Amino acid sequence: MNNIKKNRLKDKLFKVWGIACTLLGLVLLSVFIGSILIDGLQRIDWDFITNLPSRSAERAGIYTALTGSVWILVLTTIIALPLGIGAAIYLEEYAKKGKLSSILEVNISNLAGVPSIIYGLLGLEVFVRILEMGASILAGSFTLALLILPIVIVSTREAIKAVPKSIRDASYALGASKWQTVSMQLLPASFGGILTGIILALSRAVGETAPLIVIGALAYVPFAPSSPMDEFSVLPIQIFNWISRPQKGFEVNAAAAIIILLLITFIMNAIAVYFRNKWQKKLNN
Amino acid sequence: MAEKIKQLMLMVKKEKEPLIDKSIKRQHKLQATGIKVFYNNFEAIKGIDMNIKANKVTAFIGPSGCGKSTFLRLFNRMNDYIDGFRVEGEISIDGKDIYRKKVNVEQLRKQVGMVFQKPNPFPKSIFENVAYGLKIQGIKDKKFLQEKVEESLKQVSLWEEVKDDLNKSALALSGGQQQRLCIARTLAVEPSIILMDEPTSALDPISTAKIEELIFELKSKYTIVIVTHNMQQAARISDRTAFFYMGELVEYDSTKKIFTNPEKKQTENYITGRFG
Repeated sequence: MNNIKKNRLKDKLFKVWGIACTLLGLVLLSVFIGSILIDGLQRIDWDFITNLPSRSAERAGIYTALTGSVWILVLTTIIALPLGIGAAIYLEEYAKKGKLSSILEVNISNLAGVPSIIYGLLGLEVFVRILEMGASILAGSFTLALLILPIVIVSTREAIKAVPKSIRDASYALGASKWQTVSMQLLPASFGGILTGIILALSRAVGETAPLIVIGALAYVPFAPSSPMDEFSVLPIQIFNWISRPQKGFEVNAAAAIIILLLITFIMNAIAVYFRNKWQKKLNN
Repeated sequence: MAEKIKQLMLMVKKEKEPLIDKSIKRQHKLQATGIKVFYNNFEAIKGIDMNIKANKVTAFIGPSGCGKSTFLRLFNRMNDYIDGFRVEGEISIDGKDIYRKKVNVEQLRKQVGMVFQKPNPFPKSIFENVAYGLKIQGIKDKKFLQEKVEESLKQVSLWEEVKDDLNKSALALSGGQQQRLCIARTLAVEPSIILMDEPTSALDPISTAKIEELIFELKSKYTIVIVTHNMQQAARISDRTAFFYMGELVEYDSTKKIFTNPEKKQTENYITGRFG
């Protein structure tokens, strides 16, 4: 009897502890978002989004940084997608399981944990200097593509692995080749999972600052970039720049830009969640 | 016109198929000689010789892990993907060794269809499921595909149940319907041999009865090899039965003989339920 009571007490205690842990995260996040909204929301209007940077806080806008971020996002996707999915398909379906593939596997997982500034240094040396891309959008995109490649590979592999073996069996038994099985069964069936991983990886890329500063992205760009070889800024760098200024007005600008950046990542995550749910439904019913 | 040409080309393609020479009528469709199978160092099959007749149903029975599924999967080379798999001996279909280097495995699998233990339809529409085997051969003619899908679904008596919603997801069908769909999918590519790996073990008795009926009908056109754990099923539907134990073929004879008057004590013990 005593024992049962004890267990119940433990149960309750743990429940309270669990609730406290969950709430702590939520409370901190909402305090943060709340204070940002209070500071920045009044500053957001159409002008703020379409204005070029300026020395006066009231006239400054995020247009160049926003277009820079969009450019980076699009090019990073174009570069990282085929490379990441290709590598994942190879490792999952083609590579012989052995020592070599397990070494590759461990190293890809390790790469996912390398600090992003290291990728910046790599990008500076390889893309900016050796390949002479300069401090361009293209160099930035390649650098960020490298940064998110491990995440894309790992999540794509997980998605492909989640397709039941029976689907492979069925496809091969009907005389399909490996590529037919991959392209007509495995990729469509794992599409949602792959997409989820890619979107999450991209929403990380869109918030990266360090590697882009290292390769020479500018804090002040007078014109919006119009080609991949242009110099550029991105939202996080713009925010960093504004925060480091003494005038109060720029602090408000920074808060407003943070809201925009958060909005972008939240939307991307929402899309990822949507596709994951849809995909799970498709596989399970 | 274009369709005719396509169909003509399809016929030519079929005639060119090197693997199965239909002009030579052999009594034995499948021949296995001195077969040993290894998974790394584990010997899963320890030297089996076996001939399987055309247009008959041959049942493989035996306790779990006796090697019957492994042996079945040799005939369409589905073991090839398993790490550490190695086979010794010769397996031939219509007199031709299917483990030769030159053999086109994809081509082989079009000749030797397979139905699995758990119904495994693709997460696609009913139509796409049946048409898949043809599409991967490069057939795009819509009318031909439609005819073929209808014909295949009729063969497994599923047509009446699904004809109005061929675009419905195959996953929405019941287990028994799914398994019949999987058989239809196999029939659509016109194999001459169908391997079945415990095709009814995941189904209810009514669905099982339907599949068994189907197997009975199919045998006039196809050579069927079926692995089953269900003794009654083997007795009901097969012409010949092979009893496997510990990677060896203990006894192989007409089903009647195996179930009424087996040569070996081991076979009798298994069939009467004394072990396994």
